[in-house]
Amino acid sequence: MSYAKPNFRHPRLPKNALGYTVSDYDGAISTLCAGCGHDSISAAIRNACFLSSIQPHRIAKLSGIGCSSKTPTYFLGKSHGFNSVHGRMPSVATGASVANRDLTYIGISGDGDTASIGMGQFVHLIRRNVNMTYIVANNGCYGLTKGQDSATADLGSLSKYGAANQFEGIDLASLALLQGASFVGRSFSGDKEQLEPMIRAAIAHKGFAFIDVVSPCVTFANHVGSTKSYSATRTQLDAMPLDFVPMREEIRTQFDAGTSQAVTLHDGSVIHLHKARDDYRTDDRMAALASLQESKENAKFLTGLLYLDPNSQDLNQTLNLASRPLNDLGKVELCPGSRVLNSINEGLR
Amino acid sequence: MKQIKGVNDFVVKFANVNGTGSASANHLFAKAIFRMGIPVSPRNIFPSNIQGLPTWYEVRVSSKGYLGRRGGVDLMLCVNPQTIEDDLASVEPGGYFVHDSTKPLAPHLKRDDVTFLGIPLTEMCMREFKAARLQQLLKNVVYVGALAALLDINFSILKDLLSDQFKGKEKLISPNVHALEMGYQYVTENFKCPLPIRLQQGVNDAPHIRESEHILMNGNTAAALGAIYGGATVAAWYPITPSTSVVDAFSKYAERMRIDPGTGKKNFAILQAEDELAAMGMVVGASWNGARAFTATSGPGLSLMSEFLGLAYFAEVPVVLIDVQRSGPSTGMPTRSQQSDILAAAYASHGDTKHVLLFPATPRECFDMTVQAFDLAEQLQTPVIMMSDLDLSMNDWMSPPLEWDDDYEMNRGKILDAEGLDSIETWGRYLDIDGDGICYRTLPGTHPSKGAFFTRGSSKNEMAVYSEKGEDYVQNVDRLLRKFETAKSYVPKPKVHDPIPVKKPKTDLKLGALFFGTSASPSYEAVEILAAEGYPIDVMRIRAFPFHESLDAFVHDHEMVFVIEQNRDGQMRQLIMNECHIAPDKLASVLNYSGTPITARTIAAQIRKALDTQGSNVVKLHPETA
Repeated sequence: MSYAKPNFRHPRLPKNALGYTVSDYDGAISTLCAGCGHDSISAAIRNACFLSSIQPHRIAKLSGIGCSSKTPTYFLGKSHGFNSVHGRMPSVATGASVANRDLTYIGISGDGDTASIGMGQFVHLIRRNVNMTYIVANNGCYGLTKGQDSATADLGSLSKYGAANQFEGIDLASLALLQGASFVGRSFSGDKEQLEPMIRAAIAHKGFAFIDVVSPCVTFANHVGSTKSYSATRTQLDAMPLDFVPMREEIRTQFDAGTSQAVTLHDGSVIHLHKARDDYRTDDRMAALASLQESKENAKFLTGLLYLDPNSQDLNQTLNLASRPLNDLGKVELCPGSRVLNSINEGLR
Repeated sequence: MKQIKGVNDFVVKFANVNGTGSASANHLFAKAIFRMGIPVSPRNIFPSNIQGLPTWYEVRVSSKGYLGRRGGVDLMLCVNPQTIEDDLASVEPGGYFVHDSTKPLAPHLKRDDVTFLGIPLTEMCMREFKAARLQQLLKNVVYVGALAALLDINFSILKDLLSDQFKGKEKLISPNVHALEMGYQYVTENFKCPLPIRLQQGVNDAPHIRESEHILMNGNTAAALGAIYGGATVAAWYPITPSTSVVDAFSKYAERMRIDPGTGKKNFAILQAEDELAAMGMVVGASWNGARAFTATSGPGLSLMSEFLGLAYFAEVPVVLIDVQRSGPSTGMPTRSQQSDILAAAYASHGDTKHVLLFPATPRECFDMTVQAFDLAEQLQTPVIMMSDLDLSMNDWMSPPLEWDDDYEMNRGKILDAEGLDSIETWGRYLDIDGDGICYRTLPGTHPSKGAFFTRGSSKNEMAVYSEKGEDYVQNVDRLLRKFETAKSYVPKPKVHDPIPVKKPKTDLKLGALFFGTSASPSYEAVEILAAEGYPIDVMRIRAFPFHESLDAFVHDHEMVFVIEQNRDGQMRQLIMNECHIAPDKLASVLNYSGTPITARTIAAQIRKALDTQGSNVVKLHPETA
């Protein structure tokens, strides 16, 4: 790291319920290209964790490989992070999550990391309903290797070099819905108003929370003809705004209650969905799939909280894990002792 | 014809069709001999198949306590027409051939130097039992009854074992006992019993086995118990023969011993992964988070795990991997034993990597070394791979009982808790404060403001900050090498035994033999055979990599050293050459890689041939490597 952030903090920075300021959630200075959508996602994560008053050191950040996976350096500097191997963050997160069920897990991946090399691990992560937030910074291209199409690039989308993508793109939100994900959202890195509450809801959700964030690559996919450029995304955006109200916080929202649908999460926090689309419901998986398909056919880019099962059973419950984290257990709980071993010997004679 | 004779010293082999229930009957036979207090070692030689293919079960009885394979068959019991010709041909001259005589043997199946003992097994069962399934299953029990008479097995022990086996299903006991009696009665009426080869309770010339109350168990069960006692809480795996039963057994014991008494909830997690890549990823994630985690796999899984093994090596995350070795890729030989993952495991992954390996030779060592693997992995903050094999892991071995010291405390290595972080002056994840190459680890969630860092592969400096500077990289990998040096004093030392006195030595060469794992038992036996012939050979059993300095000294102190192992390329020999800087000429390979465990006779023959044919001090068994 060639840059250091100044240590100066404004004395009157607002504090959250735990007394932390937003700068307590900062990371190192980003080394991504200026204007990269991923930096907006990092900022949204930082703000979401600040606003939700989570102790920074009780969060674990995990990533795979790629531009997206470098970003955990750029937020939550007081949290442990793990830059694992390409496409395999889901397995690392699964192991970490069962080892200590008390931490908050945020996984950051990209479209190459998730939709290609990590596809196998991704669907199994959904299948197990690991209690974590999984964000894909989706730009449809491989940035670090200089702009090759990824598996989420839309059919016909033009690369920087002018070639049209010949293959159908994989829609990760639809895939997650089909695979039974208990929380599926889609957003745009430039839509802070929507993304921040969505991340807060995802963290509050018990189970696997997936957010597909279109995050334009300013260097390799921000030209005319690219369907994941800033301009294309903005012109096609069909956003469903939402609000997130944490448990016990006074319900204050700039929208009036009559136009929104409220969903209570297992911890008591509430998500407000604003009815930009008249009768959208977050408890209908098939409708969510249909909406995604419909918006695609109409050349629209639908964003918002698409599906949520507030009663989902996460992996820790499925495994019937003890409430005390496995990594905290000692000899007394783990080692049966010599008497038991002698009786095992007896049975082998 | 001169018949083979002897008390408590012979090899019996069963030739069966798999899926016919023969395995449990054959096990009954071996267990009865074990209960008689006679050293016995059964081996299942089975196909990668569920039903219909040939399968064998070899039982060695050795009053001297040799538990490895001897080679050759003294009594063949063949009930598989598919293999009968080869099975008959494999009997030693003077041996015995027991077969189903319901139909006469084909005229070409003849040997003048073998005693044929025909028993109408099918006919007897058709007559006696109505249900087709019973007719098939009990045929196996009838032949065990016949062998009881032919070899003088204590009949009441067999009956006790059947009662144990069918506890809860008492209705099955009486037809099984009846089947035993049918076989017993038929041979006593038709042949002279017992045969010149036979058993005798209490005749046991192996003090090491006689004096301790041995148990009969397989290595995978022992390793699973090691994981329980070693404090493993996370097991992540993908099913693969022959390692599957490690996690099966872990699951069985954990369900009994790891349930929280207050809540009924589990103090363990078993994750059946989507593949071995994910299995190892889960282990890495759980260990990074401070849980003791392990996986078990075999060759192809080891290949898939190599990427993560490299990451764990560089990121310095503890990993315990139990590699149950088998033969080669794809299908066909997964149920055959080898020691052929040595190099793949030692240097697994890309970049400069070396891993700690442990080589158990008995179930007792599978248990002890699994416990030790968890300590070593945390002390050294690196992957530790226990190299078992199919022969050790899936066959029942007589073993000293497992022992546990209740004063044992898990050695978690250098982990800083919140207090430790507050008291340490300067902390960097990769700062070598103690000079042993091992740095101080922190776990996620420990301290509100200290100790957090970003775990990465290779691009970092001592403070765990991203760096692509050449000097930072070099500094880091050199420290990892220093850590590997430290590991030499942590891992189990090789075992050296007193030389066997040789009266009239035929050579003045200083000879040595190195071996490990399941090659050990038949190697000890071969060395005794050769000592009796006038060849004194000193032995050392390797138990870990990196190699202890006494191994270098052993090689340097001998003029010729045989490296006995079960793979084609002499992988351990190569590893020794490479790591100890030994000239190739000095190390001669003794090999078997057929998929069936190496025999004492093969080892003795290869060494004998090497010594007989060489005129100088140099034996070149492998001219291409000389």
